[in-house]
Amino acid sequence: MNEKRILLSGNEAVARGAYESGVKVAAAYPGTPSTEILENIRAYKGIYAEWSPNEKVALEMGMGAAFAGARALVAMKHVGVNVAADPLFTMAYTGLRGGLVLVTADDPEMHSSQNEQDSRNYAKFAKVPMLEPSDSQEAKDFTGLALELSERFDTPVMLRSTTRISHSKSIVLLKEPAEQTAEPKLVKDPLKFVMLPANARKRHPVVEKRMEDLSRFAETFPENRIEWGENKIGIITSGISYQYAKEVMPEASYLKLGMVYPLPQELIRSFASRVEKLFVVEDLDPFIEEQVRAMGIAITGKAAFPLCGELTPALVAKGLKGFSPLPVDEISRNLPARPPIMCPGCPHRGIFSILSKLKLYVTGDIGCYTLGFLPPLSAIDTCVCMGASIGNALGLDKALGEEALGKVVAVIGDSTFLHSGITGLLDVAYNKGAVTLIILDNHTTAMTGRQDHPGTGFTLKGEEAFQVDLVRLAKVLGVKHVKVVNPYQLAATERVIKREVKRPEPSVIISQAPCVLSRRERAVTGKPFLVNSEVCTGCRACLRLGCPAIMWVKENENEAGGKKRKGRALIDHFLCNGCTLCEQVCKFSAIKETNGQ
Amino acid sequence: MDNKTTNILIVGVGGQGIILASEIMADVFLEAGFDVKKSEVHGMAQRGGSVSTHVRFGPKVFSPLIKEGEVDIFMSFEELEALRYLHYLGPKSTIILNRQRLNPPAVSLGNEAYPEGAAEILSRRAGKFKGIPARDLALQVGDVRAVNIILLGALQPFLPISEKIWTENILSRFPAQAQKVNLEAFELGRSA
Ligand code: SF4
Ligand code: SF4
Repeated sequence: MNEKRILLSGNEAVARGAYESGVKVAAAYPGTPSTEILENIRAYKGIYAEWSPNEKVALEMGMGAAFAGARALVAMKHVGVNVAADPLFTMAYTGLRGGLVLVTADDPEMHSSQNEQDSRNYAKFAKVPMLEPSDSQEAKDFTGLALELSERFDTPVMLRSTTRISHSKSIVLLKEPAEQTAEPKLVKDPLKFVMLPANARKRHPVVEKRMEDLSRFAETFPENRIEWGENKIGIITSGISYQYAKEVMPEASYLKLGMVYPLPQELIRSFASRVEKLFVVEDLDPFIEEQVRAMGIAITGKAAFPLCGELTPALVAKGLKGFSPLPVDEISRNLPARPPIMCPGCPHRGIFSILSKLKLYVTGDIGCYTLGFLPPLSAIDTCVCMGASIGNALGLDKALGEEALGKVVAVIGDSTFLHSGITGLLDVAYNKGAVTLIILDNHTTAMTGRQDHPGTGFTLKGEEAFQVDLVRLAKVLGVKHVKVVNPYQLAATERVIKREVKRPEPSVIISQAPCVLSRRERAVTGKPFLVNSEVCTGCRACLRLGCPAIMWVKENENEAGGKKRKGRALIDHFLCNGCTLCEQVCKFSAIKETNGQ
Repeated sequence: MDNKTTNILIVGVGGQGIILASEIMADVFLEAGFDVKKSEVHGMAQRGGSVSTHVRFGPKVFSPLIKEGEVDIFMSFEELEALRYLHYLGPKSTIILNRQRLNPPAVSLGNEAYPEGAAEILSRRAGKFKGIPARDLALQVGDVRAVNIILLGALQPFLPISEKIWTENILSRFPAQAQKVNLEAFELGRSA
């Protein structure tokens, strides 16, 4: 066997692990930091891989595959588990036939998320075991182990990653796939798989018994291991926290947990009894800490380490040794921030410049367009979770009635709409909401790096697929007024928005234009625009678009050449995508297209 | 360097080619026989936001993240971004600064000023300092995107890894027609 050592990210390693351990079916909805798992699985032969419309469907289809006896992997970001929680909890009762691993990628520090919930609580809540890797090698190995455990104990197994595992690279030893697992086949087993109350009542004790078996198994599971060092300090830890602790205190003794639920109580007791002071180092919730404490063992955890945000080597050093992290330098603290910003030429910019101008109350959703919150557009008033824009707008309408009419609008992206917005719109139509929804249809899932979805006409594997028609979809849900607009035509789009928000009935505006980063389609010319510095009055109308290609050049009286202006606008021709918006908002015709260079 | 882990922090603005630079580095260190870890944040950072990548190599590396105050080599693709990470610098850090300015939104809008004197501040705090107009050099070799390869070239003399390992890795990443430009870029960086 030809063994190869390469650098892989945690996500790439999970994908490789799926391949090496004979996974047949893999499904996910993209979400940072989990997205690259499926993007990498796509390349492996012999695995059916798909983008599902949302995480619930992904888990249900993975479950179906495992009912047939195939091995399945389903991946999602932490908040995706909320969406998939319904099948997850009952799957613990049914068990499966083939192995199923549910990978959740948590995002401590919320690098790209709306909350930092700790998925380990789901393992306890749903009564399923959970493994947690601490580098890419383990991410790969634990994917295989999770599938083995899943089959051995007849349970779904969760694998918890975090941003620093998913998006860190470390060395992985590659292997070739093991001998093929059993061929899937159709086998009826209704007493196990039909969770009617009568059947489910019989399954619940099975679940409890299984957790006891797993607790016993955890005691000798080789990935729960003790690394003896000095006995002054003992550290219980797992995941990325293990690496940080090893980095700052290599001399301590460690109980490194590969399985974070259920915990090996005897192992913990014996480890604790042989060290003088016991610490637990864990990101986010005191998940291990509370269980250890409930065993009557004194342990220091969140008293020394923060509950909010991600741990870092410096924070771990502070908790273990009392070293204060270096303060951020005075100079660094006073720098202008550099937040992410919508691309030059982004089709969302036109819509948000109109919403900003009309000063509407905008219920927002999850995607690139959430960046419409930032100044100078400042045109998002709520953002909660996938699909919430629509329900939020309906609630405002029902609570405020006439008061809200003409003042509120909901915005959602195409991918997010298909993920969780359809039922919200159904509610609006069914309950006669005076709600206007703008679907920002850029034909992709842009935020996570442009993945396909049921509205793009392509699958994860790049095959052509049926493309859902958003206009017809809105109509069959019961919305009579559906308008399509081109977001690069500001005046026409503004007229439609003004008219629709005043309508005391459900209405939908579909803003259609591809993401400027799309490889398939282009709506903008790419020919840069130019500000005529003679004509520019310095009125700043174009700057209010918040396009990163437009900047303000301050001028003193001499520089302005007798003009009554404090400065002028300048377009960076390397950045400009030629979307025409600035030309449209300039009342003095100072901005013109160039011929390309 | 011997038994110790070498800490490299690379910072700049999304879209400047930082990820590729760190990928090449990490592979080169692996090829040279070291343990390597690297960490970066994707997601929101891609839309022109601040980006930072940690690369660490040595006989055995635990944490993928570098501790504040312990950076050995600091490479910044942009002047303002370089100033954001001063607390990561060690007492004798080697600093490689691309002499390029990219305005963050508040500066573009004219609401805040771009900080002056980044190079002076950094050179005062550095063990060794190298300021490079990598963008101009990239235009000189005929490809603006080569900024990252030029900066890798500038890094090479500071590390105990042969030039050959670097150039082989760079060659393996580009199609035939782009190889010459990138080799030139690497050389230009080395001699800068
Ligand atoms: S990636 Fe696409 S949708 Fe997102 S900001 Fe850029 S142009 Fe807009
Ligand atoms: S045309 Fe104007 S608004 Fe559009 S990308 Fe260029 S500078 Fe920005």
